[in-house]
Formats: sequence, structure tokens, C-alpha cells
Amino acid sequence: MSIILGLLTLVLLYIVVVQISKASDLIKSLRSDDEQEESFSNGALFVAVIGFGVLVYSIVSCFIYGPTILPKPASEQGVWIDNLLKITIVLTGIVFVITQTLLFWFAYKYQYKKDRKAYFFADHNKLEIAWTIIPAAVLTLLIVFGIQKWFKIFSPTPKEAIRIEVVGKQYAWSVRYAGADKKLGKRDFSLVNPDNELGINWNDASSHDDFMADEIVLPVGKPVSFDIGALDVIHNFWLPHFRLMMSAVPGVPTHLWFRPTVTTEEMKKETNNPNFEYVVACNKLCGSGHYNMKKVVKVVSQEEYEKWFRSQKSYYYSVVKQ
Amino acid sequence: MQTTTTSEQHVHDNAHAHASGHHHTETFVSKYIFSLDHKTIGKQFLTMGMIWAIIGGFMSVVFRIQLGWPDETFPILERIFSSWFTDGKLNPESYYALITMHGTIMVFFVLTASLSGTFANILIPLQIGARDMASPLMNALSFWLFFFAGVIMFASLFLPTGAASAGWTIYPPLSALPQTSPGSGNGMTFWLIAMVLFVASTLLGGLNYVSTILNMRTKGMTMYRMPLTVWALFFTAIIGILSFPVLVSCVVLLIFDRGLGTSFYLSNIVIGGKLLPYSGGSPILFQHLFWFLGHPEVYIIILPAMGIVSEVLAVHSRKPIFGYKAMIFSILGITVLSFIVWAHHMFLSGMNPFLGSIFTLFTLLIAIPSAVKVFNWLTTLWRGNIRINPPSMFAIGFVSMFISGGLTGIWLGNSTVDIQLHDTYFVVAHFHIVMGIAAFFGMFAGVYHWFPRMYGRMMNETMAYIHFAITFIGAYLIFWPMHFIGLAGVPRRYYSFNEIEAFAQYGDLNKLISIATIVVFLGQLLFLVNFVYSIYRGKKSTQNPWQANTLEWTSPIEGIHGNWDGELPTVHRWPYDYSRNPNSDVDFIPQTVPLTEEEKKDKIHH
Repeated sequence: MSIILGLLTLVLLYIVVVQISKASDLIKSLRSDDEQEESFSNGALFVAVIGFGVLVYSIVSCFIYGPTILPKPASEQGVWIDNLLKITIVLTGIVFVITQTLLFWFAYKYQYKKDRKAYFFADHNKLEIAWTIIPAAVLTLLIVFGIQKWFKIFSPTPKEAIRIEVVGKQYAWSVRYAGADKKLGKRDFSLVNPDNELGINWNDASSHDDFMADEIVLPVGKPVSFDIGALDVIHNFWLPHFRLMMSAVPGVPTHLWFRPTVTTEEMKKETNNPNFEYVVACNKLCGSGHYNMKKVVKVVSQEEYEKWFRSQKSYYYSVVKQ
Repeated sequence: MQTTTTSEQHVHDNAHAHASGHHHTETFVSKYIFSLDHKTIGKQFLTMGMIWAIIGGFMSVVFRIQLGWPDETFPILERIFSSWFTDGKLNPESYYALITMHGTIMVFFVLTASLSGTFANILIPLQIGARDMASPLMNALSFWLFFFAGVIMFASLFLPTGAASAGWTIYPPLSALPQTSPGSGNGMTFWLIAMVLFVASTLLGGLNYVSTILNMRTKGMTMYRMPLTVWALFFTAIIGILSFPVLVSCVVLLIFDRGLGTSFYLSNIVIGGKLLPYSGGSPILFQHLFWFLGHPEVYIIILPAMGIVSEVLAVHSRKPIFGYKAMIFSILGITVLSFIVWAHHMFLSGMNPFLGSIFTLFTLLIAIPSAVKVFNWLTTLWRGNIRINPPSMFAIGFVSMFISGGLTGIWLGNSTVDIQLHDTYFVVAHFHIVMGIAAFFGMFAGVYHWFPRMYGRMMNETMAYIHFAITFIGAYLIFWPMHFIGLAGVPRRYYSFNEIEAFAQYGDLNKLISIATIVVFLGQLLFLVNFVYSIYRGKKSTQNPWQANTLEWTSPIEGIHGNWDGELPTVHRWPYDYSRNPNSDVDFIPQTVPLTEEEKKDKIHH
């Protein structure tokens, strides 16, 4: 019943709008030339009010929603990205405000007048060259900064990095740490079976001290290296607070390293949120559970990390051998 | 009706020699359904496009309801769409099927087929002075292949396992393995078949547009006297011809992987502890092939809109388009660059990071021709005598949207910044504004502008004003805040924001966006009402209602077969002689008016 009532109201609304519009267009068509000029002028005002209204909204919303975006970057790499982002925001922001203002200002200022002539202005090569070269110069700056940092972020992993392997499958991440030997045991897909989904080669001695972790725990200030993989479909290892991500692709090993700089405790204070935690979220559509594929990340002091590290049990000795 | 009598009388010239002496006896079917007339085929594309846009738009309303009110139940919706809902809530599988179909429908069926199909068909022959397309039969075939592609795509919605649900980009292995997602069963098969038909349709159309433009221009219509709409449609067709076949190869290999057990895209896949018998393939290969079409595709969508806007802005500001040749060369620049930027969708796909630097370079270069176009549009408005009416309003709206969405492209195209923004809501905001809303604004400008040409009547202005206000404000209310959601790290394609605490703060904003979505959708229905109403009841149009220079306004208003009675018009000048003569009372000089002696001395533009 309520659907029918709702639909009826809607239909009625459309009928009212159509009738009003019909009448209003009819009145317009009866107008003399002078009044037609007025109707164009009303149109210009209409567009200018809407245009500038939206422009004001787009600027004001930066102050409303700006504070809700990610807190300060929690990794060295994230700071580089954030800085480039800030430069980009400022440059594009200036262009945005200038061009939108000109657009709606021109639309209003040069509105139709019966006895005015538009200015026949078809070409101006110097202007064209100017607005080819100026954007090109600005973009060159962005390209140079961007590529420089890009290569730094994807530079070779430092030798002392802590080695971790994350593997995505529908809809969870498995996390494997290299043990005391700092080497991850090799995987071999011919060894895959329901008890050994990752196909870890237990004949490789370096696999024996590897352990599986429920959370990703990282020491602050130390480089950490992630070997990223996936079993079934493509996932994406997204660490929003560290500003880093990398796809997890079945059959194509990928890699990422970074240096976390802010501990979870510090970030709790920074964000005034006692429940704050770093997370990994999946960022590539991987099926119906895509939206709920997370892993908690903890950044702790070196001492805490070592304590945690020692408390972990080798997967080989505690599970496989049992 | 009228067409039958006039076409019986009309004098056939060489271009129409095959028909001379032959009387057209048209039945309802041959005139309105299996028509070979480019004007009718254009209207057919437009009608299908509007039907698809309503379906695609309605899907967004349904999934926005889930995102806006994730904890509420909607038994009413469940009663209508019982297979999509469980316990009054949209289920995740259906959510993903809906976003996939929304993307597919909007990108391919509405903004590719219908936008190009409508305006290429209606404008190319009329603006270059041709009787029809080079091959009217191929043209009709193009529409009917598009139609059947649509039938198959629509049918997939009613499959028991649901429509394709791997996103409109259908990345394998998700799209290849039905055991990973129910939509990857028959739904994906339907999707793939529909897309192969769709590409065939696009190619037939595109080849036809290019050969028509190159071969069938009337006397005096040199390439540099063509309106920018025709230039834009010309380059659009070329991009389509060069890139769409790659989508077919991409899709065919996926069909092989799905049906024949090949391993083009699959390798080392483990499901439930079992290794599947695929080896040696790469999911990244699929992405390269897909985006080799996929990125040019966005220019296939936006170039026709740019062409329409260039024409509409010039006509209604009573000024020549500023930098006609710069406009052509910037389209050419975009066309060439569009083929070498595809991997910016793949910076973080696992491809070699070295490639990221190259693609950053090319991607940001594409901002230069785009910037040139924006500055040229602004200069066209400057010191004009602008008549604000529905077409010019939407053209101005297009420029605003293109600026807003184009600038964020500079963020995303820079690989380093993209590490933070890739596949977040920021991307959703960016591409909806720049290729979704902007292209729709171009399309609306075109429909309002050429409606009198299509139906001999004017559209209702008051309804058009309401439509503009709702759409323009609504689009910013929907998509502008998504930038901030993206900067907060929220990934796109999330069924619910509430499972991960870091993303759960946007409950109220999501409600606001969903309400705006519903209002904007209702606003589009008003456009439809206006469209249908005006076909029958609109004010009768005069021969040249906008006082424009281009040839389509010299063709008889009732739209005869063959476009012009008697000889085809001869062109003497470029199409943008608005306000050229400051001493004249008339501020436009149609292309058919011969040059005066004085003008002949003037070296530029004629």
C-alpha cells in the first residue's frame, strides 16, 4: 500500500512540474525581444549562482571532511608520498579555483545583450603556446619528484630487513615470519595439499624456524620486507596508515619493503583514539567477502618486538611434526 | 508519413544514383525498426541509451541504499527483487553483481555505444553534407548487434547464479573460476558473449564513421571546415577501431581459460588446499590487454562530449571556438597518447616498477592537451554574447566537471601518489566526475541542442533548468565527498564500511550521498518526461532555432530520406563565423554563404 501511495505522490509531483513548466515556457514565448534578453539574463544568474554555490561547497567541504582523512603517515615512505600529495593538492587546488571562477564569472559577465556584439577572437598562437608550456613545466616538476620517489620506494630491500611473507586467499591473510635465520623457507606448488596450503618445502631447513602469526607485529624504525602472494584470486595488500599497497597475485610473486616510524601507542595519542589500530585491508575485488578481509598490524618498540618474537613457536616443530 | 511523399519527389543526385527511379515505399517496420536511415538509427541508439541509463542508474540507487543504510532492512525491495535480497538486505553477491553491471552498462552501453552512436549517426552525414552513411546497411547492423549484445547482458541478470560480479574490469582469476564467485559462472559467460557482439557493433559503426567522413564530404567541405563535433567523432572512431579488437583478444583468451582449460591468465592456483591444473599464465597479462582498450575507452567516451561542447559553446556564445586548430591537434594529441598510458591502471599490479615511471611520464603528458582544451573553452566564453539556455548550460557544466575530474587525474597519474590512492574511493570520485558525469553533461548538451533537428520541436526549457540544477548540484554532492573518503583510505567496491573500524566513520556522509543519488535519479526521469513530452507537445522549432552555421540546420526540418532536396549544399567557409562582421545585424554566417571579396583577402579561417 505504502509503495502505491509513494509512487502516486511521485507521479503527481511529475505532473505538477510538467504543468508548471508548460505554462512557464508558454509565457516565455509570448515575450517581446527585450524581455527575451531578460530571460537570458535570468539564465546567466541561475548558472552563476549554482556554479559559485558548488565552488563554495567544494572549498568548505575541505574544512568539514579534511580532518577525517588519514592521520600522519606512519612510515618513512609514507612521508615522501604525503609530501608529494601536498604539493599536488596545492598546485591543482590553485588551478581548480581559478578556472572554475573564470568559467562561471564569464558565463555571468558576458551574458547575452541584444545590442552587444561578441568579440571575434578565433586564434592567438602566443596564448596557445603559453598554456601549453606552463602546464608542461609544472607537470615536469611533478613527474620528476614523482619518479624520483617512486624509485626510492621500490629500491632494493636492505639486507637487515625483517622478512615476512603474506599470502591472501578468500577472505583472509596468512602471515609467515622468517625465524632466527632470517630466511623464509622455500615454497613449492607441487607440495600443496590441504595440510600444507602454501606448499612450504619442509625439506628446506630454513623453513623449520619459520612461524605463522595472527597479527603483523613490526619494530619501529627497522626496515621490514614483505613477500606477497595469493592462492586463489588477486588480492591487494593495502596498509592505509603507512600509505603503501601492493597487489597479491596468484602465480606472480610481488614485494614491498618499508620502514615504520610511528608505534601504535604513539598513533593512539596522535589520533586521540584509544582503540586505534593499524590494519591491512584488501583493496582488490576478490569476491563476496572482499569488504571484510583485514589483518591487524602492530608497530612496537624494539624490546617489545624481541619479546614477542621469542614467544612465537616454530610452525614446523609445533604443528607439522606433531 | 511526410517522408514518403517528399522522398518520392526528391531529386536524386550521383551520391544517390542507385536509387534513382525507385520509389521508396516504406512500411512501419522498414521506417522505424529495420531502418537504414542514419537519422533513425541515431534515434534508436539514443532510445536504447536512455533505457540502459535508467537501468544502470537504478542499479546505483539499489546499491547506494545498501551503502547508505547498511543496518536497515527493506522488505519492500525484497518483495520486488526477491533474488537479490535476503532478510530484507541486499546480499553481497548481488551487490557485487550490481556494481559490475552498473559499470558495464554505463561505460559500454550508454557512454560508448549510445553517445557515439547517437551523435555520430545524426551529425556526421548532416554536418558534412552527405545523403547518408557510407554503408547504411553496416550502420543498421551496428545498431542491431548492439541491441542483441544488450539483450544477452540483460538476460544475465535473471540467471540463478546471478550476473557477472567480478567488477566491470573482470580481472581473472576471479572472473575465470566459478568456484571463487557465483557470478563467474554463467553470468560471466553471458557477459563475455555480449561484449564480443558489442565490439563487433562498435567496429562496424566506427569503420563506417571514418569512411563517411573521409569520402563523403560535400563540395567545399575540406577537413579544416568540419565542425569540431565531426573531428571529435572521427578520432573517437579511430581509437575504437584500434583498441576494441584488443578487448576481443583479451576476452577470447579468457573464454579459452574458462572453457578449454588453457592457462593464459592462470597459474599456481590453490583452492581449498588443492592445486588447480593451470600453470605458466599471468593474471597481469589480462590487465595489460584489458587496459590497452580500457584506457583509450575513456577517451572514446569523453571525446564526443568534448566535440559537442566545443560546438555548443561556440554557437551559444556567438563566438568562434577559440583555437580551432589547437582544438583539433589537442584531440590528436589525446588520441595518440591514449594508447601509451594504459599501465597507469596497473602501477601496483605487480608489474615491474620500472614501467611505472614510463607510464607516469606519458600519463601526465596527456594533461597538456586537456589543459589546452579547457583554456580554449574558457577563452571562447570570454567576451562572448552568451545565450544561457539548456544546451549552453550543460556545456558549461561539462567544462566544470571536466576541470574537477581532470585535475584529480594528475594526482592518480603520478605513480608515487597513486600508491596511496589506487582503488580507493578517490578513484571512484575521479572517474565518475571526469568520464561519467562530464560525458553525461556533454550528452545532455547535445540532446538539448540537436533535439529540434531530430524531432522538429524544442524541448521544454523550464524542465531543463530543473534538470540542470538537480544534476549539477547532485553530482557534486555525490562525488565530491568521495575524494575525502578515498583520502581516508577506504577501498572502493566495499559492500559495507562497518567491518573495518578505520573506515567506519562515514555513516552520515554515506546517507547523504545515497539521498543525493536518489534525487539525481529522479531528476533524470524528469529529463525523460521532458524528452517524451517534447517529441509530441514541444514548441515547433524553426529551421535554424539556434542561428547556427553548420549544415544540419539547412536540411529540411521534417528529416527527409537523403537529407537534402535536390543538390547537396556547397560549403564556402569554416563553421565558426559567429560575430565575424561587427557591422552586420546578423551575428552568424552559415557555411553555405559564399565568401565576400573582403573575406577572401583575409588569410585565416574560411
